[in-house]
Amino acid sequence: MDILRFTTAGSVDDGKSTLIGRLLYDSKSIFEDQMAAMEESSKRRGDAVVNLALLTDGLKAEREQGITIDVAYRYFATPKRKFIIADTPGHIQYTRNMVTGASTANLAIILVDARKGVIEQTKRHSFIADLLRIQHVVVAVNKMDLVGYDEAVYNRIVEDYKAFASRLDNLIDITAIPISALNGDNVVDKSNAMPWYQGPSLLYHLETVYVGGEHNHVDARFPVQWVIRPLSNEWHDFRGYAGRVAGGVFKPGDDVTVLPSGFTTKVREIHTAEGLLEETFAPQSVTMTLATEIDISRGDMIVKANNPPAVTQEIEAMVCWFSQTPMAARGKYILRHTTRETQAVIRDVRYMVDINTLHKVEGVSSLAMNDIGRLALRTAVPLIHDSYRRNRITGSFILIHPGTNETVGAGMIL
Amino acid sequence: MPDYNLSHLDQLEAEAIYVLRETAAQFRKPALLFSGGKDSILMAHLARKAFWPAKVPFPLVHIDTGHNFPETITYRDEYVANLGAELVVGLVQDSIDSGRVVEEKGINASRNKLQTVTLLDTIEANQYDACLGGGRRDEEKARAKERFFSHRDEFGQWDPKNQRPELWNLFNGRKHEGEHFRVFPLSNFTEMDVWLYIQREGIPLPSLYFSHEREVFLRGGSLLAVTDFVTVQPGEAVEKKVVRFRTIGDATCTGAVESAAGTLDAIIDEVAAARQTERGTRSDDKRSETAMEDRKREGYF
Ligand SMILES: Nc1nc2c(ncn2[C@@H]2O[C@H](COP(=O)(O)OP(=O)(O)O)[C@@H](O)[C@H]2O)c(=O)[nH]1
Repeated sequence: MDILRFTTAGSVDDGKSTLIGRLLYDSKSIFEDQMAAMEESSKRRGDAVVNLALLTDGLKAEREQGITIDVAYRYFATPKRKFIIADTPGHIQYTRNMVTGASTANLAIILVDARKGVIEQTKRHSFIADLLRIQHVVVAVNKMDLVGYDEAVYNRIVEDYKAFASRLDNLIDITAIPISALNGDNVVDKSNAMPWYQGPSLLYHLETVYVGGEHNHVDARFPVQWVIRPLSNEWHDFRGYAGRVAGGVFKPGDDVTVLPSGFTTKVREIHTAEGLLEETFAPQSVTMTLATEIDISRGDMIVKANNPPAVTQEIEAMVCWFSQTPMAARGKYILRHTTRETQAVIRDVRYMVDINTLHKVEGVSSLAMNDIGRLALRTAVPLIHDSYRRNRITGSFILIHPGTNETVGAGMIL
Repeated sequence: MPDYNLSHLDQLEAEAIYVLRETAAQFRKPALLFSGGKDSILMAHLARKAFWPAKVPFPLVHIDTGHNFPETITYRDEYVANLGAELVVGLVQDSIDSGRVVEEKGINASRNKLQTVTLLDTIEANQYDACLGGGRRDEEKARAKERFFSHRDEFGQWDPKNQRPELWNLFNGRKHEGEHFRVFPLSNFTEMDVWLYIQREGIPLPSLYFSHEREVFLRGGSLLAVTDFVTVQPGEAVEKKVVRFRTIGDATCTGAVESAAGTLDAIIDEVAAARQTERGTRSDDKRSETAMEDRKREGYF
């Protein structure tokens, strides 16, 4: 059994909460007491039927306003897989929430209302999924019951979507599925109402889609998180570098370089509390020892000698702005990348992306909340990085406001 | 190329170890909140792995309501001794004696809510700047939005509307003087994952989790154990039943479930078939529909 992490996107009332409620309900992940609490709430709000959407509306403030305002995580499992849903709202102003949810997802479900077809929001969500390099997209054409389960309606939407998606460069796997979240058609089981549809049900697709290629297993990267020195009698001279493999495969005897110093040595042993490993790969957490004693600390990176990442202070990146306070032109922020923290100055806004039209807007000097743009940054110490396209872990960073300590931006290195 | 795919338990383990190491690295003085319940036991187990062969570089902190099942304390002391870690105990009784809190009255009186004050006082007295907790997002709806690194203001409060977004595996632990963090390495475990992992790792648990015979009575929909800390009211019938506990907390509000599950295998079968969330057996969450959220705002675990 492995894990599939997915995110859901759709505009308000497309049926996202109903769909998630249905997946949890049909996979028996709603418990009796949650069901009872939900019935109680539905009754108090005067809803006619039990509102499955209530299950995913977390906090009080939201329940009062009747909207979801943040990212919430839901869990369910089938005998084949464990699923983690990053449930993000579909409002225009919440681009940042979708970016957050998408950052850890392997797959995105994009909901389309069969009556409305592909709308601006659909394009916006697809653009974000693409930007965050989610490898699999499911276009769930919902509310098929309201269009008489009509094949022609569905086909037109799928064609529209594919025409638009051809302008995106990354969405490698697009699967469209006609569903009714309310009635359960094609959610868990194949529906009798749409005999013309030959593909899998949504859940079957989620259970079987291949996610083995999520991590980079080519470029060996090991950001050092913590130095382990037991200083005990038994482990007197032990000096281990603890971290989580961010890419590639390491084996004892491998020639490695330690960055940024550039010293080269060999991997001696790969430790875990259970014993030594013969190899390690992403995303394992291990402790490495090296053949020679070199001065290494948190923020350094151990890489294979024949395949180093870039080490530069000048960075070009796509950045999504998260804060209500707009980015200061030429502002200084704290930049956190792998296990390293440094200062960064915004040198230039190359362009901003109009996420409704996907057009580049030039001549802007700042980004406001939910804006996405390409920035040039300069860091105080070199970043040891790959492009986000090659490696999501060594290619991503966050920006932190030095005064408020808030996370104000998320960046993907080009 | 070989299939470099990790099982779900291996992925969850690797993630939790990563979070534990980030906590050690980003904070000056972290502590691990240890209740003696299965989640905190699992977290301590992962902490041992994260820093092995060195010792766990932070103390285990137990906020003790004084209303414990004796089995919990015996287990705690043995466990901590085995781990070779430091144990710090914050006593709710001390908070009551010093007048920081007032004991609740009435038959449903519980020290569960008072713990929050003792916890915050213990954090302040020891100047802990990060407290590792065993909370999971599948436990309760207010927890579904919790971050791995959860920021608390100088009053220890959680503001659900103003949380830092958490992207990729980049955790922002920066804070101002007087503020602290709660860190939840087990965020992505479900109850089932916890049991499967405990089974896989062969982690010993307190005997309360396994079925045994005990005197219980029904109150407010929960089966409460007869202990020195609760007064059975007229009309409440005490019966001997074969029960076990799904969570272990304050003896005055932790309900038992009728169960014959005496082994991990049997418990896992039972969890797989369960139709009640584990917090459903805790009467403290039933006080109002958003009880958990309200306590979290005030700085509860
Ligand atoms: N007829 C029909 N109604 C649906 C379907 N899915 C959702 N709805 C209804 O659409 C409304 C909005 O759904 P909700 O799940 O709250 O949308 P969200 O805003 O995307 O979370 C509710 O009244 C649902 O009952 C569907 O497949 N068919």
